[in-house]
Amino acid sequence: MQRAILILFLVLLGSGPLILSEFHITLLNYIGLSALVALGVVLLTGVGGLTSFGQAAFVGLGAYASAYLTTATDLPGWLTWAGGSPWIGLAAGLLLTAIVAWLLGALTLRLSGHYLPLGTIAWGISLYFLFGNLSFLGGHTGISGIPALALFGLELKSGRAFYYVIWVMLLAAVWITQNLLDSREGRAIRALKGGTVMAEAMGVDTARSKIIIFLIAALFAALSGWLYAHLQRFVNPTPFGLHIGIEYLFMAVVGGAGNVWGALLGAGLITILKQWLQDLLPKIFGASGNFEMIVFGMMMVLVLQRARDGIWPILARLVPPARGSRLVPQGDALPRNVMPQAGAGILDVRHVFKRFGGLVANNDMSFTVRAGEVMALIGPNGAGKSTMFDCISGVGSVSEGEIRFLGERIDHLTARAIARRGMSRTFQHVRLLPGMSVLENVAIGAHLRGTRGVLPAALHLERAEEQRLLAEAARQIERVGLKDSMFEQAGSLALGQQRTLEIARALAADPCLLLLDEPAAGLRYMEKQILADLLRKLKAEGMGILLVEHDMDFVMGLANRVVVMEFGEKIAEGLPDEVQRNPAVLEAYLGGVE
Amino acid sequence: MDFQIVLLLAQDGITNGAIYALLALALVLVFAVTRVIFIPQGEFVALGALTLAGLQAGRIPGTLWLLLGAGVVVALIDLAQALRSGSRRRIPRIIGWNLAYPALAAAAVTLLKPAEMAMPLQVILTLVLVVPLGPMIYRLAFQPLAEAPVLVLLIVAVAVHLALVGLGLLFFGAEGSRTPAFSDASYKLGGIVINGQTLWVVGASITLIVILYLFFEHTFYGKALRATAINRTGARLMGISTVMAGKLSFLLAALIGALSGILIAPITTIYYDTGFLVGLKGFVGAIVGGMVSYPIAAVGAVLVGLLESYSSFWASAFKEVIVFTLIIPVLVWRSLTTHHVEEEE
Repeated sequence: MQRAILILFLVLLGSGPLILSEFHITLLNYIGLSALVALGVVLLTGVGGLTSFGQAAFVGLGAYASAYLTTATDLPGWLTWAGGSPWIGLAAGLLLTAIVAWLLGALTLRLSGHYLPLGTIAWGISLYFLFGNLSFLGGHTGISGIPALALFGLELKSGRAFYYVIWVMLLAAVWITQNLLDSREGRAIRALKGGTVMAEAMGVDTARSKIIIFLIAALFAALSGWLYAHLQRFVNPTPFGLHIGIEYLFMAVVGGAGNVWGALLGAGLITILKQWLQDLLPKIFGASGNFEMIVFGMMMVLVLQRARDGIWPILARLVPPARGSRLVPQGDALPRNVMPQAGAGILDVRHVFKRFGGLVANNDMSFTVRAGEVMALIGPNGAGKSTMFDCISGVGSVSEGEIRFLGERIDHLTARAIARRGMSRTFQHVRLLPGMSVLENVAIGAHLRGTRGVLPAALHLERAEEQRLLAEAARQIERVGLKDSMFEQAGSLALGQQRTLEIARALAADPCLLLLDEPAAGLRYMEKQILADLLRKLKAEGMGILLVEHDMDFVMGLANRVVVMEFGEKIAEGLPDEVQRNPAVLEAYLGGVE
Repeated sequence: MDFQIVLLLAQDGITNGAIYALLALALVLVFAVTRVIFIPQGEFVALGALTLAGLQAGRIPGTLWLLLGAGVVVALIDLAQALRSGSRRRIPRIIGWNLAYPALAAAAVTLLKPAEMAMPLQVILTLVLVVPLGPMIYRLAFQPLAEAPVLVLLIVAVAVHLALVGLGLLFFGAEGSRTPAFSDASYKLGGIVINGQTLWVVGASITLIVILYLFFEHTFYGKALRATAINRTGARLMGISTVMAGKLSFLLAALIGALSGILIAPITTIYYDTGFLVGLKGFVGAIVGGMVSYPIAAVGAVLVGLLESYSSFWASAFKEVIVFTLIIPVLVWRSLTTHHVEEEE
């Protein structure tokens, strides 16, 4: 059904120039140009959770770079070779945009939350004023006499001829974006929206993922600008101002920022609506001006209040969902790390302190974990167990002391670097991507076991590796007993199962040390049995397991050794039986015996 | 550039900086209480200035239509809600604030001949027209989204900005307005002339800042706002209504914005879309303060004013480029000094 609709859409699109009037062709051309920019915004905002109001400035960079190079008669000597050709103009525009976007990205992407969009507003304005005030770019009058594109010796002077160039490029961009999102790199990008902590702990370089989507969005915008310049054969600063940048964001949000087709839908809706309103409103109000802003602004507020995911998901619901492949992915096993010798110490925590201001959450903690054993960390709520976990896994920093993993000091390393060394973890408060399938969530855990980058992913040249990663994820899902839910959305699972999913995700990383933060919470009796069996099996394979858990039956039946914490300090350590009889432990748990 | 010019530019910079400082304070306040990055702050500057200019010119300012229209929409929504939830006791209040008050304001504007009033009365009438728009906008655009992520609120804020600019164009037209100065006096001090208006702006800004300080330190509502800013859930559990806090902070933001507009209207010609850039410069100040610190935000805003003033002397065409590019090093500096806190979706 979905395939049929797509084919129908492509056929209609392809036959457009044969049947439509000049006016409608022009409209479709502009929709295509906007959709290209909005597609970048979808990737950036809808998928990656970053917001940019400044995309119009990148469109301007692409447009002005080519406009200048193809029209300037007084190019400096070192640049004369680049004059005259729109194709060199395109390369120059993309390069310039990539450099500017990389610089801006490197400066602002480190910032979380609202600073980035504010930054984009600022440079959106700066670049706009720059275009208008540089005399070699024609100031506010702009540049005219830009040559038409020539393709195979054919000059594309009419909008009708240009139509195919625009739409072929747009559809190629859609294809690339969809490919990318459906890959290892794509999962890393989609993980950004769930916050960076989980992604980093799974070894994803979130800063890199952010800059990648920022660059792609900027390059799509620059490409759109280049097309615009050679279609229009004239540029001035007006279409590159902040308000147009805001409009691109609106297109993505109204259409549906979570889906590539939302960009096309939004671009179509807003462009047509704008055209219509620009005709209608001045007649109603009896004055000329950009009154469509009023309608757009109010419409945007309503969309965000009533349908925050935009219109695409509402339309998509009308069509029965495609029965995506439900075949369990098969593939060769990935190479595995060599497990340390059973009984060898793998984690060594020495005199670790963690202070939050005046509060000492971990006070002089020391213990070891050996390969092939389960070490349980227990203690009342607020004893500092999860903080200890964060220190070990690099999610939080250590205030003082030393942590060694496989003999190497790791207390100064990032979560990502520690993950790379063979440690993996789950979280007390589940951190997964509710909109992604169980399979994809677990595959994030295998991120470090793949190597193919963005370019092969965008062209889907990495399918062999992808298949092996997914097969590995599927194996781990089977192992933890979630096989029946493999293709469900992770958010639809019960909480206990979500915790189990996190274990599968951690296992997909092929760790030699597993940190489990309350894995049995929310599980039913039978599920606990399955989990216990699994942990025993892992232990027998030589994995070291550090476990925080409140269910004492579960802990005492499983742990080889136990460390008890209270108020951030270690109050007891030993075999489960010893610890259970320790008076200090009884005091901590039961308030002591009077 | 001699010393004379340095001082002259400094005077200019401080005058504008004082306005930016006021706006920066409003932005920090609104953000702290509601998590809304209040992009439309600048629109209140334009509304304040253009409304005053309209009253002085004997026109009925478009703000009145905005107030009447927004009042009707808020009343309809709130009445429907009150009827559905059966809380009939709220009805007189809803009608009073959203229908009767705008009607009274309309009567005042049309019957009292504002053009012949004394300036202070015109200013008060301007505030009467502009300030209630703050809480009304909160009610319409932000209250239904109070729990949404910051980014959604930011996009809504941008949408509201867009709608308000369009309405500004509709009601005030594309021509700019300038109002007469509060005082024509000028003082000679060590060789330079200080304008009365400069003193007014700086004096009024400082007064307003002191009043705000007293409000936050010593009044019940001020403390309620501070409590909400520190911990929304906690404040709500203590009986402080989030809706009340949101409306109150928007009321203050509208008040500060309108007053700023009234103060600069005699210095620069204000167009329907001038407010945006003015507001954004307040933003640069607010960002210097990390959106949390009032004093640093105010200092940052004054620096923005000075930077703008000197750059308009050196490279006037690139004034905006310089001011808005400044934000990037500031952001970098903030990113290096602020401890990164993970934000959950």
